[in-house]
Amino acid sequence: MSEIHALSGAYAVDALDPAERLLFEQHLATCADCRAEVDSLREAAAMLPETTLAEPPPALRERLLADISKVRPLPPVVETTPLPARETAPPAEVTSLDSRRRRLRPALVAAAAVAALIAGGVVASQPWNDDSGSQQTQLTAADRVLKDPDAQHVLKEFPDGATATVVHSEAEGKAVLLTSRMPSAPNGKVYELWLQKDGVMVPAGLMPDKADQTVLLSGDANDASAVGITVEPAGGSDKPTSAPIALFELEGA
Amino acid sequence: MTGIAPVPSDGTASGGPGAPDLGELFRRSARGDESAFAAVYDATAARVHGLVLRVIRDPAQAEEVTQETFLEAWRIASRFDPDRGSALSWLLTLAHRRAVDRVRSAEAASRRDATYHDQSVTVAHDSTAEAATTAIETQRVRQAMRTLTDVQREAIELAYFGGYTHTEVATMLDLPVGTAKTRIRDGLIRLRDSLGVTA
Repeated sequence: MSEIHALSGAYAVDALDPAERLLFEQHLATCADCRAEVDSLREAAAMLPETTLAEPPPALRERLLADISKVRPLPPVVETTPLPARETAPPAEVTSLDSRRRRLRPALVAAAAVAALIAGGVVASQPWNDDSGSQQTQLTAADRVLKDPDAQHVLKEFPDGATATVVHSEAEGKAVLLTSRMPSAPNGKVYELWLQKDGVMVPAGLMPDKADQTVLLSGDANDASAVGITVEPAGGSDKPTSAPIALFELEGA
Repeated sequence: MTGIAPVPSDGTASGGPGAPDLGELFRRSARGDESAFAAVYDATAARVHGLVLRVIRDPAQAEEVTQETFLEAWRIASRFDPDRGSALSWLLTLAHRRAVDRVRSAEAASRRDATYHDQSVTVAHDSTAEAATTAIETQRVRQAMRTLTDVQREAIELAYFGGYTHTEVATMLDLPVGTAKTRIRDGLIRLRDSLGVTA
């Protein structure tokens, strides 16, 4: 069993950190075995509240029923495709998640890595994630950056064949890092991302330990002059403790 | 605690043996049927609120999150997919995610300080002290939990009821980094098989 499958249990009980969660949801989009396992483990976890029953106060019921009368239920999920235009969207129809996944899967294989990652994220976010969660926000923000036709792309190639690309969307004020064949950080270390602002490196998040990934950098990228990657002790640092292994200069800052 | 409604059907909803199951109540809710949603609430509120309260601990905040969870469930009821699991599991997944998000955002600043280790001791040892109930289902789940190894049970309780990440759980239980996720998974698999639940 590969390393990523082992995250199914922790995912089912929301025990992954945000970067792992994003990673695992991308994996879920293409792994039917893991989807089935997560579903079954969630059923098991859902039995645990039998041991912590607690009735809410009656007033809560009254407030809730008053509230729902003011909130319109969302329509069912209908066919929409986040893939590029050559994937013609079929007429709007109600489809089950599984049939959508079956249809998307060949596209995931065929499409460019970026498009596949976007599609994966979006597919995985339905229907178990409510769409107001932070994860969804993050996916949507990364999605928007990657789709911005005016975004700036800065590619770095490493001697061992790994590549990393920073995509900076001025319209979104955000930067996304895409990596390919990235080797793991040394034992006990982690890759940390930085936005360089006025010559100071500001932490912008940690990179999950995965060769191929899409990471949305936290913070406003528009006033940054560069994006950096450093190797830091596990957990990350408040300021870099080593020279960047890659520095991506951004235009217009 | 007595008088907890069984899931999926509920005598106070439409009553009688023909009472609709929770999945059907969600489908009606998605069409704007407020009385169907009231029946969902009556059948599940003790489970949802008990879970949220257990994770968050502060009663006022827990009530907020319980209310938000149900409001969200009403709003996205159409997204429930019976092919992927039970309606109760779907609802509790929403509740758990929200409860965990709440404690993590509230504690983000102080997560790494020593106090959370003190909390973990409490979490690990008071896990069966609440909600003394004689419900058969409760006993069945407790029994199933006893079939887990101590480490599996503690890891699941810290993750599920404590809202901690698997790396935090590993530290709390003095496990090598990366093994808590395996304990959580193994424990859930054993729990699943012991309870005979399927998605």
